[in-house]
Amino acid sequence: MGPGGASTASPWTPSERELERRDVRRRQRRRSLLVATLMTVGVLGLAATAIGTAPGWQRVQETFFSYEDARRAFPAILDGIWLNIRLFLVCQVVILPLALLIAIGRGTRSPWLAPARVVAVVYTDVVRGIPTILLIVLLGFGVPALQLQGLPNDRTFWAGVALVISYSAYVAEVFRAGIESIHPSQVASARALGLGHVATLRHVVVPQAVRRVVPPLLNDFVSLQKDTALVSALGIFEAVYTARDYGNFYFNYTPLVLVAGFFVVMTVPLARLTDWLQRRLAERERAGLR
Amino acid sequence: MSASTRALLEVRHLRKTYGERVILDDVSLDVSAGDVVCLIGSSGSGKSTLLRCLDLLEPVDDGTIHLDGVEITDPEVDEKAVRRRVGMVFQAYNLFPHLTVLENCTLAPRRAHGVRRREARTRALELLERFGLAEHVDKHPDRLSGGQQQRAAVVRALCAKPDLLLLDEITAALDPELTGEVLDIVRDLAAGGTTMVLATHEMSFAREVATTVCFLEGGRILEQGPPAQMFSDPTHERTRSFLKRVLAP
Repeated sequence: MGPGGASTASPWTPSERELERRDVRRRQRRRSLLVATLMTVGVLGLAATAIGTAPGWQRVQETFFSYEDARRAFPAILDGIWLNIRLFLVCQVVILPLALLIAIGRGTRSPWLAPARVVAVVYTDVVRGIPTILLIVLLGFGVPALQLQGLPNDRTFWAGVALVISYSAYVAEVFRAGIESIHPSQVASARALGLGHVATLRHVVVPQAVRRVVPPLLNDFVSLQKDTALVSALGIFEAVYTARDYGNFYFNYTPLVLVAGFFVVMTVPLARLTDWLQRRLAERERAGLR
Repeated sequence: MSASTRALLEVRHLRKTYGERVILDDVSLDVSAGDVVCLIGSSGSGKSTLLRCLDLLEPVDDGTIHLDGVEITDPEVDEKAVRRRVGMVFQAYNLFPHLTVLENCTLAPRRAHGVRRREARTRALELLERFGLAEHVDKHPDRLSGGQQQRAAVVRALCAKPDLLLLDEITAALDPELTGEVLDIVRDLAAGGTTMVLATHEMSFAREVATTVCFLEGGRILEQGPPAQMFSDPTHERTRSFLKRVLAP
């Protein structure tokens, strides 16, 4: 240890005033908890009574919130949502590196890489301009019709490709914003250490950029999770199409509500996970900075 | 000191810890109006943390701070009201890069003190001119030199007319020449009677402007007194060895 003796001289016990302050803080916490609870219960209760006393509530309850229909449709919906989940997971894994590559391509300065720059700019501009559902229909119906040799003719596969194309353009712009937000002094100090362009990007700029853009990235991924439902335009039995199919047959739309519930359940853990990751990083890196 | 004339700032038995680490340990300090208190001591001795506690940027773990006789470590105190009376300047300037120098200086008067636009502008321009920044008022901070930025930061703090100014090693990031231009301002303010508490490594400056010098080590004020006595005849062995180290040519 450091300078001996001095630090052990006075064992500290909280003073009267400090104990008083702790009491006050505890009271303050209790008060805000009470206010929060009352407000929440009040507002939600009001909303519930407003809906419950509406004249058409009886009809709506029968068509959208029927327990019987929810149970009957459940297994089919579960099969459907599993397809959505697989589609989402596979697409996400492909989108991340692809988008990062596009973003980096756009940021290159070398004259040799001018084509990469042009392609990246045109790609993001054009793809972001096309509604995702059109991309899905065009690729999902169009490409299998070509009967290309050696490539799958499965509509689901091409729907996934369409999602990847569409979302990688958005995500690339998110990455680019992150990369450009890193202060030039970081690049300068990496260069000063003798790192090349690629090494600077890979070890200094991109790691910081990615951290900074986690919230908007999550935004895009929640959006992607939901947009897997657009695949229903191709008549693929994912969750939404299955629910609509059920509705058309039984004239009951409870499965749609069920699907909405599934989507919410899927996105919430992802949001909590990123929050937690962000907090952990912040604690680790900012503890010393005061 | 008689009981009737209370000091502007009274710190008593202040304690601050980060987990197991004790940063401030039983710190007591009086600052009267017009005082210039210099905190000296090696890095990690608790100077910055003490200043941050005084501005309520860090919650304390024990002890009290009174400002003008009002306990500001009370959990029910209006922190914003306290900070409106206390100005702070940081080592790394902390100017807002998206605002011009003038906008940096008028932000707090307009948004925290409710001063009219024109009035805030007039006062800011007056101060900026007085401290030689007249030609830079419409530039963004990153366009200025370190010394200019730090001077702008001091002006920003002054624009809010603080009763107490806290300066946290404001010259530590500057070269000797730029240090000079920033210290000139502080000297000027000291002569004008501004109450200040500053953490500094500039010993000759501390000797010149301080009314009281405090030597911190291991989170305690080991010794305090007027600069003449502190620098020529410190009572504590640790103070003596610290001064010998930093004053060595």
